[in-house]
Amino acid sequence: MAETRRNLLKGMLASAGALMLAACTPLSEQQWVVSALGEVENLTRRMQRLFAGHHALAPEFSKKDIAPVFRANGTLNPQTDEYAAHAAKDFADWRIEVGGLVERKLSLSMAELRAMPPRTQITRHDCVEGWSCIGEWTGAPLAPILAAAGPKPEARYVMFYCADPMGSSLSGDVPYYYESLDLLEATHPQTILAYQLNGQVLPVEHGAPVRLRAERQLGYKMAKYVQRIELVEHFSNINGGKGGYWEDQGYTWYGGI
Amino acid sequence: MSAVGRAVSGWRVPGWLRKALGLAPEGPHYAFYRHKLIVRLTHWANACILFVMLLSGLQIFNAHPALYLGAQSDFDHPVFSLTARGNDTEVTQGITQIGPWSFDTTGVLGASKVDGVMAARGFPDWATIPGPQWLAMGRQWHFAFAWLLVLNGLIFAGFAFYTRHAQRDLIPTKADLKHLPREIVDHAKLNFPKGEAAKRYNALQKLAYAFVIFVLGPLVVLTGLTMSPTMDAAFPILPWMFFGRQTARTIHFLCAFGFLGFFIVHMIMVVLSGTWNNVRSMITGRYVIEGKRPNG
Repeated sequence: MAETRRNLLKGMLASAGALMLAACTPLSEQQWVVSALGEVENLTRRMQRLFAGHHALAPEFSKKDIAPVFRANGTLNPQTDEYAAHAAKDFADWRIEVGGLVERKLSLSMAELRAMPPRTQITRHDCVEGWSCIGEWTGAPLAPILAAAGPKPEARYVMFYCADPMGSSLSGDVPYYYESLDLLEATHPQTILAYQLNGQVLPVEHGAPVRLRAERQLGYKMAKYVQRIELVEHFSNINGGKGGYWEDQGYTWYGGI
Repeated sequence: MSAVGRAVSGWRVPGWLRKALGLAPEGPHYAFYRHKLIVRLTHWANACILFVMLLSGLQIFNAHPALYLGAQSDFDHPVFSLTARGNDTEVTQGITQIGPWSFDTTGVLGASKVDGVMAARGFPDWATIPGPQWLAMGRQWHFAFAWLLVLNGLIFAGFAFYTRHAQRDLIPTKADLKHLPREIVDHAKLNFPKGEAAKRYNALQKLAYAFVIFVLGPLVVLTGLTMSPTMDAAFPILPWMFFGRQTARTIHFLCAFGFLGFFIVHMIMVVLSGTWNNVRSMITGRYVIEGKRPNG
């Protein structure tokens, strides 16, 4: 008898669970659900900003905490002829263009970038997948670079365009990796254009010659192989309109959690 | 006589079934108002929220199905992992590793069928929201329902402390703890309190409820927040108090399975101690007590 009761209960629970479960997958494709979940992202961002503000620094670690091998993820080598040519010359001709809604367009050579007062930080890299790695990053803080370019009053976001093509598409237009931060995160003291990892020249698999570090964000926000920086008012007209390569695939623009 | 009792009045329900289903006893009995409306609403809301939290959490876990201790991931030495083995063409085996031990869990953990084909997958698709491997959407469900969990929890906790429900009925007293050994024996024999004693939670119940609500609840929220890099910048005490982000992630996972364990025991106890009486009391608030209503 207890057996029957158990089975009945198990059946009831299983079917209730299956019903809810079955509802969640199709719901994930409904537009109103997607936009409701998007509103939650705004709430989360506002709340986190309320506590973290502009100045709260990501925890920094000591040399002994540095991971023996820093895990590389995403593009490990852009594998384009153009990139290979730069790599062959140790990126001597690589330039970072700063444009868009700025008073003065900039074109920074690697030498100019390295000549700027650097910042070195030992931080924890958090991947959206769930793992973490600690490394020492050296680079030029982004805030003074943006200040030198002079953002126009209407500029709100900083776009980062990269040299790594992401797979292929049917139309033949291969999307390149790109990302964006708002001005608050872009001018955070720990947001740097990094050209060194653990005291060595940035390796190709980590985004040589320059990758973005935004230490209060998840890994996918920190674009590698950065070539061009553009200040914009909004990004709805750029590529998929969501502000980044992974954002266009459904990941949240706010990468603080 | 209860509604169900009336419906089957043509047929005399045998005593054992009456007891098993939690129907009103044939002897003297009376209804006692056990659960206030806020408690009932937050209880059912919590059940739905935790369901989505657990399954979307397993979806997120599947993106990197391994747990570590410390600030960062020691990829070669996870404390727990779900991995797949196979050859170039197919996945053949799912392995669950806990510390130094490994188990073959093919079909459920590590490797399970996706559209009929064995694939590398931490938890199987029937245990995740959404079903397919879809980290971006799993995160969105998880973070949306996390807000609801916190909101619902605060409503309940505010109510429980304000009305002294928490202090009176949930947090175990010294006297409760003294009764604990005897109650464990009684529970093992399936002797549940009757009459007046059934109006109060016993020490085991108090411990279980108080632990889940006031320990596991805050712990799962705080360890969840510790995984957020922005929250760690805002509150560096978070990664400090949980011994690093990856330890926090491991504790978060243990909390989730603590909730699951509580749920399973809770279901068993609901069934064993009078299914319908328990379920009804959490829907209408009324719980039937055996015996005569005390005077006054």
